[in-house]
Amino acid sequence: MIRTRMFGWMLLGLGALALPVWAQEAPDALVKRVAEDVLTTIRSDKELQAGNQAKVKEIIETKLVPHFDFARMTALAMGRNWRTATPEQQKRLTDEFRTLLVRTYSGALANYRDNTMDYKPLRMNPGDAEVTVRTEVKRQGQAAVQIDYSMEKMPDGWKAYDVIVAGVSLVTNYRDEFNDTVKSSGIDGLIAVLAKKNAGPAPPVPPAVVK
Amino acid sequence: MMPRNTVRIRRVAVVLIAATTLLGGCATTQSKVDPFEPWNRVMFDVNDVVDGKIAKPIAEAYVKYTPELIRRGISTFFGNIEDLFVGINNVLEGDGNRAGDDFGRVLLNSTFGVGGLFDLASMMGIERHNQDFGITFGKWGFPQGPYFFVPLIGPTTLRDGTGTVIRAYLGPTTYIFTYVPVRNVVYGIGALDLRASMLGTESMVDQAALDRYRFIRNAYLRARRYQVYDGKPPPEGDEEGQ
Repeated sequence: MIRTRMFGWMLLGLGALALPVWAQEAPDALVKRVAEDVLTTIRSDKELQAGNQAKVKEIIETKLVPHFDFARMTALAMGRNWRTATPEQQKRLTDEFRTLLVRTYSGALANYRDNTMDYKPLRMNPGDAEVTVRTEVKRQGQAAVQIDYSMEKMPDGWKAYDVIVAGVSLVTNYRDEFNDTVKSSGIDGLIAVLAKKNAGPAPPVPPAVVK
Repeated sequence: MMPRNTVRIRRVAVVLIAATTLLGGCATTQSKVDPFEPWNRVMFDVNDVVDGKIAKPIAEAYVKYTPELIRRGISTFFGNIEDLFVGINNVLEGDGNRAGDDFGRVLLNSTFGVGGLFDLASMMGIERHNQDFGITFGKWGFPQGPYFFVPLIGPTTLRDGTGTVIRAYLGPTTYIFTYVPVRNVVYGIGALDLRASMLGTESMVDQAALDRYRFIRNAYLRARRYQVYDGKPPPEGDEEGQ
């Protein structure tokens, strides 16, 4: 009797674990859940506000990184140069680019604590494998900033492959950077530039600026 | 970002015009958008020195030693003046709805908001907009012209710079504060407020960019393009002169 009940609980537990895989969370719901979760964390965590970089990095790695497709981001940022890279080079590029983005975001995370987000209605047809989730970041006394996420359907849920801030696509902006560097010093040169950038000291966290 | 400091802007107007005349003759087409890249890169380095040694440390000290409440009041004060010009530009672009919001904000904040020190309008849900003469000219069909990096002002284009100069001549800080020493202090605080507001973004760019000059230029031009097209820009390379 007790054993059957325990088995029942175990099944339920397994079911809960598997649930996210079965019923894929809609992309807009995902963005909202993750963004609100991170905002709540930033607002409530004193260590984070004090600029504890290890903590910041942990939050980014656990809460944000799983929802990005860095391989696709890197491929898009590389443009036509991607195909000329060897699989080994592609892997290194993806790793370095991922590190660069995480480091960039780590320095800025604490600045978002006074922001609120608005989520625009999603325009999506059933069966779409790619969508744009539109949001607006608001801070009192400032014009709202549009932030759009280009997302794709993956076996383990929707993932973002580009972020467009006030009309500036992260991927496109990096494409110019990558293109120029590849032109002047080749793919290995670009990998070296990225690695050097990532090995350097992170810039000091700016004092939390009002505005 | 909106220009808020007239003195700086006037000085830059001179530099801009001088730069245009100086370089007009030797435009070896580097790129269509940034024909003066070598000159601009020099200016970028000049800015790193001037800004890094003077403006930035002062702005950092300001953020560190001034209570957040006071800084917020100062930002709101200058933001209120800017809202007036946001409204004017929305009128010039034929957007009556937005202009109504903007002028309503100025009215509310100037009166009940104690001369613009408090942003009551935002608390009531009347939101700020981004608007300036550069965007208006763009909407009217003026091409952006060559890109410039101007020390202490930052990225601009011939079109945006022209807008900045016009905005600077319209005041109205000059007319409100007629006593010169007071006026200069107000200019100084305005500049400080503007510089401080960029500290966060700036350190992010430092970390993100492989080549800061290029990164800032490309991001600036894309952001402006997005504003001119009201958030619905055509795919890149589809239009002429932009």
